[in-house]
Amino acid sequence: MRIFDPHIHMTSRTTDDYEAMYAAGVRAVTEPAFWLGQPRGSAASFYDYFDSLVGWERFRAERFGIRHHCTIALNPKEANDPRCADVLDVLPRYLAKDGVVAVGEVGFDSMTDAEEKAFVRQLELAGEHDLPVLVHTPHRDKVEGTRRSLELVAASGLAPERVLIDHLNEVTVDLVADSGCWLGFSIYPDTKMDEHRMVRILADYGLDRMIVNSAADWGRSDPLKTAKTGKAMREAGFSEDDVDRVLWRNPVAFYGQSGRLLLDPIDDAAVDQTATFAGNSVLRGQRPA
Amino acid sequence: MTDLLDNEGCARLNELIDEVTSTPARIAVLFPAVARSVGRGPTDPADPDGLVTSRVEDQARVALLRAAAQGLGRADLAREVAALYRHGDADEKRAVLRALDHLDLGDDALDLLGDALRGNDIRLIAAALGPYAVRRLDVHSWRHGVLKCLFTGVPLTAVSGIAERGDAELARMVDGFAAERRTAGRDVPADATWLLELLSTYEED
Repeated sequence: MRIFDPHIHMTSRTTDDYEAMYAAGVRAVTEPAFWLGQPRGSAASFYDYFDSLVGWERFRAERFGIRHHCTIALNPKEANDPRCADVLDVLPRYLAKDGVVAVGEVGFDSMTDAEEKAFVRQLELAGEHDLPVLVHTPHRDKVEGTRRSLELVAASGLAPERVLIDHLNEVTVDLVADSGCWLGFSIYPDTKMDEHRMVRILADYGLDRMIVNSAADWGRSDPLKTAKTGKAMREAGFSEDDVDRVLWRNPVAFYGQSGRLLLDPIDDAAVDQTATFAGNSVLRGQRPA
Repeated sequence: MTDLLDNEGCARLNELIDEVTSTPARIAVLFPAVARSVGRGPTDPADPDGLVTSRVEDQARVALLRAAAQGLGRADLAREVAALYRHGDADEKRAVLRALDHLDLGDDALDLLGDALRGNDIRLIAAALGPYAVRRLDVHSWRHGVLKCLFTGVPLTAVSGIAERGDAELARMVDGFAAERRTAGRDVPADATWLLELLSTYEED
């Protein structure tokens, strides 16, 4: 099973996770820019974060045989914080970089005017930079948030196939299935979706435009949920080719629209644990045995 | 540099140069994307990280920045150069450092040298010690930059102006470094021996 986890916050995960993900078949990931569990106090804090997404984290993933991409955006929650407003003006500098495969996560958190303004501006930026868009749907008032997100996407003039609406469930899947956008599902240990509910949705709606991710981050989450969904699909009678389509070919097709995927395989010689990024290695001063 | 690019890369670079010449602010998004749009790779296969020689994308980025500089006043140019460096990845930062000597910035870019020389990224340390540093960097910082090259393995052929700027104080520092290595039973890098020989004439002055 080869897996592209299209939404995982590796900055918050350990090297053990990278090893377990590789063992489970994960060979590529996309890490969306999002919030860190506590508010940032300034725009500059975002820049350091973006720098790590295009630099250190990509380097770290490669040490474990995994290709790392990212999406860049001002997230909905912090779009409400006036201390972070300058980020919007600096985003173009990051959207231009190699390995940045979409604008995201954008969308709604509490459905405020500030969130909508940032969302609309970032849909424009996606058009200007010829990038797809990753849309986060809110935890609260999810149906209304999803509906309004689809309205803004339609009004933006972006083609629906350039947009992935994420964190869907049985309640919101119909809205998006009819829109032409890609459908993203985050599989969690105990909230949102689990792998068995996911399999039922795949059985009901088919595999077209379907994307499954772990959305693993700093909270209680599981970076192997993509692999576990693949296993549940097989147990429910889906073929290996079906699993490959959902867990590899679909995310590659979506993010491949950026023209910036870095999917050449990493050969073992390149997985050099002694290599350094900006003079620093993952070994904390140790040398491999 | 155009002989290093294929026809398509060459044509693309010329388009980008025209674009920033007419709209200098476009450098903010064209500069990061240069390797993807024009080309990338070492100009000397023996120097893959471009420590001594500029890589293809370095040369293209320097050309773009020089073109943008034509249309920017000194203060705007200094701001843009600082922003390209601040938001750049290591490849972009290296190209900014390589461009400094071609830009009319006076001392305004010295902070960038300070940043590069504080870090451990040998690509940036090497690029920071070019002709701009020879002309502008205070001699104390410049000497410490040279010493950092010996510590981190940056070949001294990457450093501009050693013969002109080297002095007895640098010789004293390198001699101390070599003595410490010998005391620890470690090899003295060939570059340190070479530099001490070069600077021995200064000691006799």
